[in-house]
Amino acid sequence: MNATARVAGALAVRNLRNIRRIPAAFFPALLMPIFQMIAFSGTFYAVTRIPGFPTDRSINWFLPLGVCMGSAFSGIGIGFSAIRDIETGFYDRLRMTPSPRAALLLGPLISAWVRTLIVIATVVAIGLMAGARPASGVWAIIPLLIAGLALSTVGVGWALGLAFRFRDMRGAAIMQLSVFVTLFLTSAQTPLDVMQGWLRQVARLNPFTYVLDLSRQGFLEGLAWDTTLAGVAAATPVAAATLTFAWRGLAHLDR
Amino acid sequence: MSGGTALRQVRAMSWRSVLAIARQPALVVPSLVFPLFFASLGTSSFSRATSLPGFPEVDSFLDFSLAGTIVQGVLFGSTVGATALATDIQTGFFDRLLASPVSRLSVLLGRLAGASAFGAAQAALFTLLLLPFGVTVHAGVGGFAVIVLSGALIGLAFGALMAAMALRTGSAEAVQGAFPLLFIVLFFSSAFFPRQTMSGVYGGIADANPVSYLVEGIRALIVEGFGARAVAEALGIPAAIACGTLWLSIVALRARVRAA
Repeated sequence: MNATARVAGALAVRNLRNIRRIPAAFFPALLMPIFQMIAFSGTFYAVTRIPGFPTDRSINWFLPLGVCMGSAFSGIGIGFSAIRDIETGFYDRLRMTPSPRAALLLGPLISAWVRTLIVIATVVAIGLMAGARPASGVWAIIPLLIAGLALSTVGVGWALGLAFRFRDMRGAAIMQLSVFVTLFLTSAQTPLDVMQGWLRQVARLNPFTYVLDLSRQGFLEGLAWDTTLAGVAAATPVAAATLTFAWRGLAHLDR
Repeated sequence: MSGGTALRQVRAMSWRSVLAIARQPALVVPSLVFPLFFASLGTSSFSRATSLPGFPEVDSFLDFSLAGTIVQGVLFGSTVGATALATDIQTGFFDRLLASPVSRLSVLLGRLAGASAFGAAQAALFTLLLLPFGVTVHAGVGGFAVIVLSGALIGLAFGALMAAMALRTGSAEAVQGAFPLLFIVLFFSSAFFPRQTMSGVYGGIADANPVSYLVEGIRALIVEGFGARAVAEALGIPAAIACGTLWLSIVALRARVRAA
């Protein structure tokens, strides 16, 4: 095993241990998507009766939204941990070691993916108990996983980039607000065809709309290659850009 | 202590509380911006829902959503004053106040007056800001006055609840941590969608939630016009909640004073 993998693995394990040590830092990211799924499905129960709505079960529509939101916030949670580590001096000590710089991104990324898998498993289990019935059956989980892991990667890149630049909790507010707002400026609440006004244009241009479509397809009308490819094509450059942002932020921290 | 002195102290503490809100825009901006963001988002997302069976007759979804926007903003804003109170406890300023010849109650009432004033300002601001976008308050100027007064009462009611939490815990983090509870109370109501379109357990909870009727009272003033029932709901429900939460905050204040 090379040094990058070894250090990344150790950092990921340390980060995951923090779930047990500081549960308050992880559980909001787990509870928030569950609450969102239940609250939105209950409140907007009737929107499925709008002509053109692609499902007659509101929870089929809002479960993937909960997963996407929870996945992005699992990534953002890594940014909070990084800020704490910067403030306590752990990062300074880490940078004085001969650890490969790539491991300082890869470790948190692996940890975020594990957190995301926990979120997806929990939200899906509760969603199924609450009445979600995926049109594609068990296969619906595959695009949901791809979308969740992609958004988690975006969240990690964005959050670490901000954490390395701000180096204190000011960055935390920006991480949360920017992701929250961007995810809502999509087809989060209703499909593009049902929307009217400015949001329709904004959502059409927002790449996260296509990631949401990717996550939802198995719960609505079945899997389709064009929806899958559009989602992956939208997520890949955003994930690459945010990881580059984090990488450059790490160099910023070194200066 | 004479009544006049007590009143002067409450006034001074209220003014300090209002100034604290005005001087820290970063704390209050989210409770002003987010409700407007969600109103705008909802109007674009759900404008076609107004023709659904069970949806009240409204000119637009924005008309429908204004009441929810006001209650949402005031509820979120109610944590601001309580967080400041908890910070006063953490920094020792509260203990210095207790050591001075200031009436204990004026310390609490001052904070609550600030929360109430902020609630009224939010209600007025949200309504006036959305008027150019086509919102019509069918109850007219009188209805607008009732809405602003309702904002003040909601600010008082939930500000007192949060102040009780601040006094009990002495922790700004705990007050901030209670914020999701307000979100839950709001979501399990008719703030964002009519109760008539909800079903099952969720609809049952919204039926039992007093916030549903409070929102519907304000909404009736906006979309229907002036009516005794709308006024009673818009003012009576927050006033009733305020009676309970004021009692809670006074009990918490006594416990804090005893412990000091």
